[in-house]
Amino acid sequence: MSTESTQREKIRVQGVYKSFATKKGTVQVLDGVNLSVREGEFLAIVGPSGCGKSTLLNCMAGFERISQGSIQIDGVEVQHPDPKRVFVFQETGIFPWLSVWDNVGFGVQGLGYEAKHEHVMKYIRLVGLDGFEKSLPAELSGGMKQRVEFARALAVEPDVLYLDEPFGALDAFTRIEMRREIVRIWRETGKTCILVTHDVAEALELADRVAIMTRRPAVVHSVMEVDRPRPRDSDDPAFREWKDQIFSILGVERSV
Amino acid sequence: MSALGSGSWTQRLLLGALGLGGFLVAWQLATWGNGITDVPGPRLTFQGLVELATAGVLWKNIVASVFRVAWGFCLAAAVGIPLGMWMGWSRHGTLLLNPLIQTLRPISPIAWIPFAVVIFGGSDFYLRGRILFDASDSSAIFLIFLASFFPIVTATTSAVQSIEQKYLRSAANFGVRGVQLLRRVILPAALPQILTGLRLALGIAWVVIVAAEMLGVTSGLGFQVNDSRNNLRMDYVAAAMVVIGLVGLGLDLAMSSLESQALARRGMSRR
Repeated sequence: MSTESTQREKIRVQGVYKSFATKKGTVQVLDGVNLSVREGEFLAIVGPSGCGKSTLLNCMAGFERISQGSIQIDGVEVQHPDPKRVFVFQETGIFPWLSVWDNVGFGVQGLGYEAKHEHVMKYIRLVGLDGFEKSLPAELSGGMKQRVEFARALAVEPDVLYLDEPFGALDAFTRIEMRREIVRIWRETGKTCILVTHDVAEALELADRVAIMTRRPAVVHSVMEVDRPRPRDSDDPAFREWKDQIFSILGVERSV
Repeated sequence: MSALGSGSWTQRLLLGALGLGGFLVAWQLATWGNGITDVPGPRLTFQGLVELATAGVLWKNIVASVFRVAWGFCLAAAVGIPLGMWMGWSRHGTLLLNPLIQTLRPISPIAWIPFAVVIFGGSDFYLRGRILFDASDSSAIFLIFLASFFPIVTATTSAVQSIEQKYLRSAANFGVRGVQLLRRVILPAALPQILTGLRLALGIAWVVIVAAEMLGVTSGLGFQVNDSRNNLRMDYVAAAMVVIGLVGLGLDLAMSSLESQALARRGMSRR
């Protein structure tokens, strides 16, 4: 249902180069990446492990500086992290010393207690964790922690969510459940979502468009439109075709 | 509960008592027939302990030792935690101070005794006209400060350095910085490791206080050991040793319960 995204460009990545200095010399990670993200769309970035897709996401979030090129959000160059665009970490980045309520309210500022409580509870309910607001992260399952992190991100009402392999640490069943959840949350809130994953099937199941990154030094090879209605079925024959196409672009032989 | 400390309550009590009882028997056999001027047996030690306790000196000496340790330890924490946090946070701070601190750290506080006496031996400390601690206290407190300062700084530095990047990035992402960052993220993230450092430091401080009180003071458990030896009352020496062990055990239990409370809060309990 890609009609949910407008055609307006939200993020423009243009000619982005990124290199790291290591003991063995300079490593070129991004080698002239171009990418355009539409407002409100769900974009997935796939690529082999270590290809630099997480680095690209970190640069888009403002955690890391690019060596060359430009990353603009709403026409403004990304200089530093900003609550308008929130990063969801690979293994949850929620604070283990804070309760669910305090975690979700972590970035919420400028509200009195009553208003803040109402606001925080709204997002705790959105991710289906009402009743757990006083729990500590240690008392929650992996999937529930992930929900807390989504709620914490959404509670500051960002425009953009960056999802860095958010389901990687979950077991297979929880992963399916959380994928469904993130699609629901995305459709309810209309945020622009950018998902980085090495799981091609996951990208095809979730995203409106899939950007394919090559091995390091990486460029975006192409962007694939996933024009399929939701809820999607992973056994959809079209997915199989797309999957084969992506694997052949990445130079991977799919049969074992 | 760790695998080592596990077992039912009664099992732990029984085995603990068995170990202690075995030691008492061995001690009794090894010191059979000894008097109070020789290595005393458990019975003489216990009698000595009762005598010291009823004479009132024991309590006075415990208070004196704990008082000095408390001051030296708290001052070390007050200086060491902020300094360690700065060193952990700033690369320049580490480069500037770490070589110095790592060189000073292996020097036993005992080696500082001559200087402690020279520097602090002649100065009483007053607070609002009342004596807070006298000259002999201040050199002992200085030694305790040295004993606890280095483990505290080192633990705090490494605690701050090892804060996971994702927590710092989360904070940055939500626009939390400066004092807020320190209070809401850095301190709580580093707290478990800082508490471990404090516990270690207190243990070392309690070991050092006995040595620090062997010179120039007229109170404390270290003084008790030394004074009893000079009077050839080895039963009092052994009694003081027992008390040193018990008080040290109590201090360690107090610190470790603080530590495990902090750890349990984030589901990392060790015992």
